[in-house]
Amino acid sequence: MESIFFLIVAAVAVLSSILVVTCKNPINSALSLVMTFFCLATLYVTLDAPFMAVTQVMVYAGAIMVLIVFVIMLLNIRVEAVKRGSHAVFAGGAIGLFLLFQTVWFLGRGTLSGATGTMDRAQVVKVGHIELIGKALFTDFLLPFEITSILLLAAIVGAVILAKRKI
Amino acid sequence: METIAIPAINLAPIMPEIILSCIAMLLLLVNVFVPSESKGYLGVLSLVGLVATAASVVSGWGQPVAAFGGAVQLDNFAVFFKLIFICSAALAILISDKYVVREEINHGELYPLILFATVGMMLMACGMDLMVIFLGLEVLSISLYVLAGFNRGSLKSNEAGLKYFLLGAFSTGFLLYGMALTYGATGSTKIGNIAGFVATNPQVATNSLFVVGMLLIAVGFSFKTAAAPFHMWTPDVYEGAPTPITAFMSAGPKAAAFAAFIRVMIVAFPTLKHDWTDLLWILAVLTMTVGNIIALSQDNIKRMLAYSSIAHAGYALVGFTACNPEGVAGILFYMLSYTFMNIGAFAVIVLIGKKGEANGNVQDFAGLGQKRPLLAAILCVFLFSLAGIPPTAGFVGKFYLFSAAIKSGYIWLAIIGVLNSAASVYYYLRVMVYMYFKPSEEDFDWVGMTPAIAVCLLLCVATTLVLGVVPGTVLELAQKAVQF
Repeated sequence: MESIFFLIVAAVAVLSSILVVTCKNPINSALSLVMTFFCLATLYVTLDAPFMAVTQVMVYAGAIMVLIVFVIMLLNIRVEAVKRGSHAVFAGGAIGLFLLFQTVWFLGRGTLSGATGTMDRAQVVKVGHIELIGKALFTDFLLPFEITSILLLAAIVGAVILAKRKI
Repeated sequence: METIAIPAINLAPIMPEIILSCIAMLLLLVNVFVPSESKGYLGVLSLVGLVATAASVVSGWGQPVAAFGGAVQLDNFAVFFKLIFICSAALAILISDKYVVREEINHGELYPLILFATVGMMLMACGMDLMVIFLGLEVLSISLYVLAGFNRGSLKSNEAGLKYFLLGAFSTGFLLYGMALTYGATGSTKIGNIAGFVATNPQVATNSLFVVGMLLIAVGFSFKTAAAPFHMWTPDVYEGAPTPITAFMSAGPKAAAFAAFIRVMIVAFPTLKHDWTDLLWILAVLTMTVGNIIALSQDNIKRMLAYSSIAHAGYALVGFTACNPEGVAGILFYMLSYTFMNIGAFAVIVLIGKKGEANGNVQDFAGLGQKRPLLAAILCVFLFSLAGIPPTAGFVGKFYLFSAAIKSGYIWLAIIGVLNSAASVYYYLRVMVYMYFKPSEEDFDWVGMTPAIAVCLLLCVATTLVLGVVPGTVLELAQKAVQF
């Protein structure tokens, strides 16, 4: 049951992410991206990570997508059929397909097992998902958590430099 | 509600990063109050910060100290690389003071961004956790995207920034996916724990998740080192970015990518060593050959040096393929000497250039030898070193890399490397031919030395020659640095 549900959600996610790249109209692409994010959020729920799912919906499907759609509408991007070299598309597609088959063949040959940690479903239900993330952030991943602040600062300074009309 | 027991925190190993971040933030604050004609003082302040950081880095030599539960480790390897990054940042700041005024991009944010990039690089060198390495890479990359597009009025600079951003974000995806798969296969993001897991579960080498994770991580780092076939971004970005930033990008970030690449591969994937050395063999040959052959036909000197930097990444990959202590020490030595000789060459390009990137072609160097003999001689030293001709640092570096390859039994790899090195002499000598044997059309009157560039050139020439004549001490240090 669970694997069937996973397959359906995963199929929708892959399909909508393909639509993101192939849609000619940027608004359609953006909405397909929302769909992909929702499917990912669903997958997080099935993995017992409700906090991740909520964050995914609020931050990506909510805030970031609103921003993207706003930008598209403000810039008033005209829908232009981009001319593509058919040879290049054909060659790229052929190489891509070849590499995909190679990857699938390789994956089918070896084992695909992960290392199981101490966090199982019972543990997550008992302690709580947010508590576990918080604890990990302030113990094991304290330094990465702090580095993120530098990363964001550099990004903000960069955005101001590149986008501000007069500096 | 249980309380979280915060583990004991030892800040000593990340002291250099803390100092440099604080200086960068201080510069951002000071920048607001500094009038635009005296932004040069910010450069002085950032140099002071870099010197302080270097002092704190050096104190970590000798005794490896880990902190944050093994997320970072300041050992000799990290110290050596961090000093390379600090040198490249300092030299880039020295050559930018004249450039930013000429190109009218004299914004004070340049210096904090260079320092943030350096912080990112230092985290990559001392990171023992895939998350730390990834975040360090991101801090570095975000700063570099902005720096590449820093000349907002120039179309080429905009193109460089955007291209680097799009391709860089794409490659980051590969790297992160590889890290995620490795985490899934081994259950930890800490390199030490991954090594432990691999040692106790040797069968993980047949686990597809683990192997694909290793491959994707290799792809991500190959992009940052500009190894073929992941080099496509390099020429456009190097050509479009402001010249001091190009100099910085070709030296520091490349070394940082090598630092993280080497540590991750050697510590976390020892059981797959035969697989990834085969992979690196192919990458090294491709990178050297593609870089050198395309460089032969370049007229724009920044594009030529971009392809030459791809080729130099290939030489370093030869040492990595050899994967013995001599090879890795060779990479350390080579990255150090490459920093000085390449930034030195770019410093001369900054001097020769006019506003708006004119004089970017080899032809524009015609007659430099007669009109500015000293400058031409200095450029010759750097070009000889890049070509690998004794008695310069480039020769010694290549010698150690190729001899390490022979020691590990990669005779053919060394032969291909030497052939490539011979081919590269053509395009370096071509610049010299233009400088000395072609009649001059320009008077080179606009070429004026500033104290900062003079210091930079002096440092670069001295280091290139000293490392070429008496490489013993530095090489010994590099060998001591290769103990993880």
